Amino acid sequence: MTDAIALLVVVPIVLALAPIAFGRLWNRTGWLAAFAASFAHLGLSLAVAATVFTTGRFTYAVGNYRPPFGIELVADGVSATLALLVSVVTVAVVVYARRAGPDTNEFYSGLLLLTAGISGVFVTGDLFNLYVFIEITGLATYALVATGRSPAAALSSLKYLLVGTIGASLYLLGVGYLYISTGTLNMADLAATIPEVGYDSPLILTGFGLIVVGLAVKAALFPLHTWQPDAYADSPDSVTAYISALVSTAAAYALFRVIYAVFTPAFDAATPFALDALVILASVSVVVGSVLAVLQSDIKRMLAYSSVAQFGLIVAGFAVANTTAVTGGLIHLVGHAIMKAGLFVGVGALAGVAGGYTVDDFAGLADRAPVTSAAFAVLAFALVGVPPAVGFAGKWHIVLGAVEGGRWGVAGVAIVSTLLTLAYFARVVERMYFRDAPAELAADADRAADGALASDGGSGPTDETDGGSGPSDGGDDDASVAPGESAISIEARAIVVVAAVGAVVLGLFASDLVSVFEPVLEVYFQ
Amino acid sequence: MIDLLGTHYNYLVFVALVGIGLYGVTASTNLVKKIIGLNVFQVGIFLFFVTSGYVDGAAPPVVGHGSGPYASPLPHVLILTAIVVGVSLTAVALALVVRIYDAYGTLDEEAIREVQLND
Repeated sequence: MTDAIALLVVVPIVLALAPIAFGRLWNRTGWLAAFAASFAHLGLSLAVAATVFTTGRFTYAVGNYRPPFGIELVADGVSATLALLVSVVTVAVVVYARRAGPDTNEFYSGLLLLTAGISGVFVTGDLFNLYVFIEITGLATYALVATGRSPAAALSSLKYLLVGTIGASLYLLGVGYLYISTGTLNMADLAATIPEVGYDSPLILTGFGLIVVGLAVKAALFPLHTWQPDAYADSPDSVTAYISALVSTAAAYALFRVIYAVFTPAFDAATPFALDALVILASVSVVVGSVLAVLQSDIKRMLAYSSVAQFGLIVAGFAVANTTAVTGGLIHLVGHAIMKAGLFVGVGALAGVAGGYTVDDFAGLADRAPVTSAAFAVLAFALVGVPPAVGFAGKWHIVLGAVEGGRWGVAGVAIVSTLLTLAYFARVVERMYFRDAPAELAADADRAADGALASDGGSGPTDETDGGSGPSDGGDDDASVAPGESAISIEARAIVVVAAVGAVVLGLFASDLVSVFEPVLEVYFQ
Repeated sequence: MIDLLGTHYNYLVFVALVGIGLYGVTASTNLVKKIIGLNVFQVGIFLFFVTSGYVDGAAPPVVGHGSGPYASPLPHVLILTAIVVGVSLTAVALALVVRIYDAYGTLDEEAIREVQLND
């Protein structure tokens, strides 16, 4: 069943053509193709995972060209788990998008291309092939962000394109530096030839720097995150859920592969300042991302900045460079994807009931939509790191590994970030559960004041129109109080609840995740 | 120094193109000029790859075309792929520019920001 690994990429790409080819004949082609592709992908990733868990790591030579010369696909515990994650998120988003939109053929084509690109990033064992998949992921993401109706979505998408392309090009330049010094692009082969060239060779060091900066742009680490909040806030909810769960995850995973499969821990031992710099970049990202999240009044933006912080934490785990911390980073990578996707679907669903995306709009929601609110709260506390959820397992391993490695700074930053995460989620959950719905004029006036304040913090124009609505809109708000849980589609409710349950169950089985990831890491840390 | 200019001018052009491209992306407020800058930046990187595969006086690596040293064709092939990626990116970027122009009536970043603030 080793062919399944190649089909993980091929199936979504081929089916992505179906909506374009047959969309005119039958309007529902897009959804059906995406639905079929997502379940086919699930089957294939289960097959890959079954092979990996029974017989261990395997490789696949594309086109039967022998690996150092041809392109190699690699499946091990980490890539199999992440491929499974892609399938699960794709199934959920395809189901969600049918009701929540944008339910068009173009959207499903873009979604399938994105699925193919991300799957490719997770399975490839070749640096240039990785560049191509990163760019496929990027192109599809730019198109999906622009499916938002507002003109601001097109602008955010273009901004993302400019920054993202520069990031990917810097990565390509880094790959070029490695290629001219070693003459190979295969990851396993590079790991063997880089020591021959010498870890302190300027070409190797510059290559490492360029690759790390390029991927940090894609993973949205501070200060390279500027594209991310706009892109997340202006996309349709289903797109935000998908890209927040998988796109930055793919970049962070690529960073993990580059650090460990290409440069290996021996590089870290020879040139400690390279990973020291990465630890500092990641730690700053954690703190600044969390603080910016606390300052937001738009919940989608808050979650976007929260991703900046969480990815800082994940990369910090990778950069600590011992088995425990890297395992923690990988667990948090998987856990963050599930929790963020659930949170964004939850925000989209709850905003339909609340009538807006700001923190104040969410006041009193728990009475009106109890099930979704409860699941949202569970996910929020899971991301904070309350045991037994998966957020706790990831952070625990990162902190433990940081202490083991003597990186007290990372341990401190992880704990501070937990407090800040609690600060921005507690604000939302408190309003949902302990405030009355903003039906009265007084609440409206409050909101106007908050809106004016928030626009200083850089939130979008949506706040101002909301705040400026004033008393005349009061009647409208009264009317919008009426829709309750029933206004949320059954799919959205199911997805948020499944994500919440998944986050807790994954936390309970975190030791199994550790036993899946550890054999992969042991090879690197020999 | 002069020697270096004579023998490594291709790498100097690569650095110049990358620098000019980055300057274009960051300094210009016009969105189309930013895209042009992005293209110049990418072309610089393409030049780096292509020029690294070229060896003075080398034969093409084809059977029956002289004896070694051979020039490496792999960087050229890689860049063919990268050029395709670059063209697709430019196409997506221009499509977005068309939409932005329809919505705001301008391509100047500052002007668009003003329109957004007035909304």
